Amino acid sequence: MRLAILTYLLTVLLLAPLTASAAPGDALTIPAAVQMQPAELAAMLKAGNPPPILQVGFSVMYQQAHIPNSQYAGPGNKDDGLLNLKSHVDALPRDQLVVIYCGCCPWEKCPNIAAAYKQLIGMGFTKVRVLYLASSFGDDWVDKGYPVTRGG
Amino acid sequence: MSRVLILALLLGLAASAHAQTPIKLKVGDVAPQFALVDLRADLQGHPFDLRAQRGKVVLVDFWASWCAPCIIAIPHLSQLQKKYGSRGFQVVGVSMDDSANVTKKTMREIRFDYPVVLGDAKLGNLYGGVLGLPLQILVGADGKILAIRSGDFPPEALDKEIAAALKKIGPS
Repeated sequence: MRLAILTYLLTVLLLAPLTASAAPGDALTIPAAVQMQPAELAAMLKAGNPPPILQVGFSVMYQQAHIPNSQYAGPGNKDDGLLNLKSHVDALPRDQLVVIYCGCCPWEKCPNIAAAYKQLIGMGFTKVRVLYLASSFGDDWVDKGYPVTRGG
Repeated sequence: MSRVLILALLLGLAASAHAQTPIKLKVGDVAPQFALVDLRADLQGHPFDLRAQRGKVVLVDFWASWCAPCIIAIPHLSQLQKKYGSRGFQVVGVSMDDSANVTKKTMREIRFDYPVVLGDAKLGNLYGGVLGLPLQILVGADGKILAIRSGDFPPEALDKEIAAALKKIGPS
């Protein structure tokens, strides 16, 4: 038992520098009021004329499947991704509704979504909504039968 | 004649659209085959071929450098490889990083005691869409899928599943 605990602690300590940059858990700081349930976004898509939707996760995921008309902005855990996100929205009025999503990992462990949210708030956007994907984009959007576009 | 051509075109488009939709895998399906370069530096590009693993119990672990729970699981998977490797168990890590360089950087920081290959969108689609990590697929000695696990999965439970699968192929 002691050996198991020691092994676990050593693993956590050794891997801490590697996982720290991903900052999993930051998604928990996103206010509930700005979170959007998948059914709400699906209804907006169905109604037509949806707001700009940006995927702030990883390209291998986006290439497999993404929300129709969503644009690939790049991962929020990388400077390049945040710069790319900025370039996608820079020309928009700051009171424009913007929806971002990731779904690479379980919500509380996503390394991207909180950083992307903070970036948009920092740019002055006042109507940012964050798609709440509890488990993953696959489990909570695709497998629920909501619309997807396949391929990059 | 033109109606026939239009119908053929529509049928072709429908078939094409269907082909782009990956088939969701389920327990009992044959695990899709892949043969990809093992990224471990000491193997100098030796390929890992899933088909060549028939007769073994294989854990296909989809992971990525950005996936914190995946990273935490790697030492446990190495332990399972050491524990059951001689009994016909094989782990293969399929990185879903956007580039091999990112994966190789992680491999310099963490020890992997099993092959690691670089996956992509095509392989993800073959496996029904890898649209969230962690994702682990346990494949039996006959090449058929025994279990599909997404999200966190306790290593103790995985250990039991592997032990049960190995019992079917030989004495402990």
